[in-house]
Amino acid sequence: MGCGSVQQSVPRIVQAGDIADALARLCISACCNLPAENLERIEALASAEESPIGRQVLATILENHRLAAREQRPACQDTGLAVVFIELGQDVHIAGGDLATAINEGVRRGYRDGWLRKSVVADPLFDRVNTGDNTPAIVHTTIVPGDGLKITLAPKGGGAENMSALAMMIPAAGVEGVRKFVVDQVRRAGPNACPPLVVGVGIGGDFETAPLLAKKALLRKIGSPNPDPRYAAFEAELLEAVNKLGLGPQGLGGTTTALAVHIEHAPCHIASLPVAVNLNCHISAHESITL
Amino acid sequence: MVRQITTPLDDATIASLKAGDQVLLSGIVYTARDAAHKRLAALISEGKELPFDLNGQVIAYIGPTPAKPGDPIGSAGPTTSMRMDPYAVTLMERGLKGMIGKGARSQQVRDGMVQHRAVYFAAIGGAGALAAKKVTSAELVAYEDLGPEAIRKLHVDGLPLFVVNDIYGSDLYEDGVARYRKD
Repeated sequence: MGCGSVQQSVPRIVQAGDIADALARLCISACCNLPAENLERIEALASAEESPIGRQVLATILENHRLAAREQRPACQDTGLAVVFIELGQDVHIAGGDLATAINEGVRRGYRDGWLRKSVVADPLFDRVNTGDNTPAIVHTTIVPGDGLKITLAPKGGGAENMSALAMMIPAAGVEGVRKFVVDQVRRAGPNACPPLVVGVGIGGDFETAPLLAKKALLRKIGSPNPDPRYAAFEAELLEAVNKLGLGPQGLGGTTTALAVHIEHAPCHIASLPVAVNLNCHISAHESITL
Repeated sequence: MVRQITTPLDDATIASLKAGDQVLLSGIVYTARDAAHKRLAALISEGKELPFDLNGQVIAYIGPTPAKPGDPIGSAGPTTSMRMDPYAVTLMERGLKGMIGKGARSQQVRDGMVQHRAVYFAAIGGAGALAAKKVTSAELVAYEDLGPEAIRKLHVDGLPLFVVNDIYGSDLYEDGVARYRKD
């Protein structure tokens, strides 16, 4: 193909209504059904937990999550802000409405029909009036090659989100600085973020992308290591360090403070070393669908 | 050993509770979280009557999911208690005897519990579906406009809790972490 030639491609049509339907289903499913690997990990750790109270807490958590799935009830009353990740193929055309409206319509329906809690206030500072339908959703859209449309919903509870943090470190801080920051954040979070936790760490990028990397790290399958062996080893090291803090299940003391530490990393400025820690509780709800 | 206790909490029961005890709580508890606490504190500062009598009562920091048809309540686990710390001492001064939530309290609240002979219990965060099974009825008391943050009167039957702070100044979070810390 020479310079100046034009390749015509026909966009794939995706209906806005199908996006809304998909979101509504994801809201209900993600809040009621834990990822299977979370349950497996909690089960495996429960037998190794040193604290009797900790073992009892883990057994209760497992019972809760099985009940939630069986009766299709929200595992936790905090069914979160609806955080939505969209991977939109550049060959997709959305018809019959716009993307943002479709997403919010789906969230509105899912939270209503699934008897989920509406936890959004319209104004953060002054009147803090509940919007009543859990909208607006937080939406992160990435344009990708192809004609697919992948929707991931990660409902995010307030307790764990409140204990998350960003540090703009200097490069000299290095691995040691990152280790100290991550472990300190988990210690500071204590019982508030409902341990056992999933710890999302974002390293690199800039002031706004490091937290997004940390949040995306929470979407990875629990315990799936970073593909870079250096980061995978660092994840394992951080997990061990966090579990030595003694917080244990619900912070009541014990050896199971985190189920996993996941790191996502990105290139950054020569002057910078941004590090973000985004915490999730043991539920760590998220689910995807591809249209 | 797991003990059964009943609300309202009397002085003898309160005196017998120690940090680390496991209890099954039955009786009435009131739900209230951030927005409801703000309104209660405003009423107190204006010298007005509260929507319920705090004397001997227990407040649960719970904002449940909506009840499915036929159920008394939706999922009903605890929220982070520290957000209610700015209001807790004022409520204890007016007779509040128990708080249910998750996470550590400020030193001021801990001192307040010793002074006003009140206890703080932890429920298991993220186990809200199971906790809802212990709620036999729920009734709106005030602030319906707050939605999940409205004050509700719950009858609970055997709600499983841990005593975190007792009237002797002990704290289960501190003790538990110290026991298992290895760094």
